[in-house]
Amino acid sequence: MKTRIREILKSTGKLPVDVATLADEADLYNAGLTSFGTVELMMALEEAFEVEFPDNMMNRRNFASVAAIENAIRTIQSEHV
Amino acid sequence: MCQNCPQPQSFLAELIDTGLLIDTGVDGLYGRSGLFEEVIARFDDLITRHGGQDGAEIVRFPPAMSRKHFEKSGYLKSFPQLAGTVHSFAGNERAHAELLHKVADGVDWTDGQISTEVVLTPAACYPLYPVVAKRGPLKTEGALFDLQSYCFRHEPSKDPARMQLFRMREYVRFGTPEQVTEFRATWLERGQEMMASLGVPLNLDVANDPFFGRAGRMLANNQRDQRLKFELLIPIESEEKPTACLSFNYHQDHFGTTWGIQTAAGETAHTACVGFGMERVALALFKHHGYDVARWPASVRNVLWP
Repeated sequence: MKTRIREILKSTGKLPVDVATLADEADLYNAGLTSFGTVELMMALEEAFEVEFPDNMMNRRNFASVAAIENAIRTIQSEHV
Repeated sequence: MCQNCPQPQSFLAELIDTGLLIDTGVDGLYGRSGLFEEVIARFDDLITRHGGQDGAEIVRFPPAMSRKHFEKSGYLKSFPQLAGTVHSFAGNERAHAELLHKVADGVDWTDGQISTEVVLTPAACYPLYPVVAKRGPLKTEGALFDLQSYCFRHEPSKDPARMQLFRMREYVRFGTPEQVTEFRATWLERGQEMMASLGVPLNLDVANDPFFGRAGRMLANNQRDQRLKFELLIPIESEEKPTACLSFNYHQDHFGTTWGIQTAAGETAHTACVGFGMERVALALFKHHGYDVARWPASVRNVLWP
């Protein structure tokens, strides 16, 4: 899943750095992820993983790193089985 | 419930009955009486008495801005539903005749309209950023501006405190994160003190902008989490949902990045603003002190008419 998240991050996150150089736990906001970038990233993730982020999960913490995104998507998937 | 008892009139109907606001047939678009304008002018002066000594550069724009600047500002990303773009006829004589026929027939005649270079100003500070960017890097002390403009937001409502065209006074600060957060902290104190002197009930709260759509929920949540926007609320139309009359906004580097505005040290500039809803404050005063300004509390009159 992390590989897929990285691909989406690369195509929609508009980061000024190479996504491949970022560790799973690296802070994406420090790497240049903007609030609008987060919105586009979320919509692309929703389409790719066929999930919908509920209101209470739409926050910066859940998009702060590749690992955080994976956790968030797994949480949503497990709650909608 | 009593069916025959006279129902209490809405605040909007009272404002129109007393002549303070003048109905135009469009919700949120009103004329203002001389007395209403007098109260606005007195409040405008009160703001200057609190903020005038800071050395802000005074700039006044007409209530419209360049469409190119508007597009670059990112407003359409956040608030497409509120934007007002100006369109005009650019057809030939045949198209003109068709237009007149459509108007006469009461059918949509706007399909031949084309967008102009002009967009209605959505917030008083929007025309300012490209002007500041064009001047080059900020000085060491940053920059401070005093603005006031009519602003347009497409949100027709029967709530007189939610007008489509209204005036916003603003102080806008440009500089380092420390400079702009200090500016906002100063105005959070000052704004509460100033409004308390007007004898209206106040409540300061963390707030968010009305970002469009479901994705906008995320922008709103983030704005609240980071405490980027505070509003000074006064009950006007409803006790449960008080109206934001002043707002204190820290934009971080949003506008600095968008417009390439740099500090003297070459960093991306941060910005913050304090906004005053001129009509909203006037409405709050009429709501809480009555329609006869001569009978407003002496303490309030002394503040507004020193």
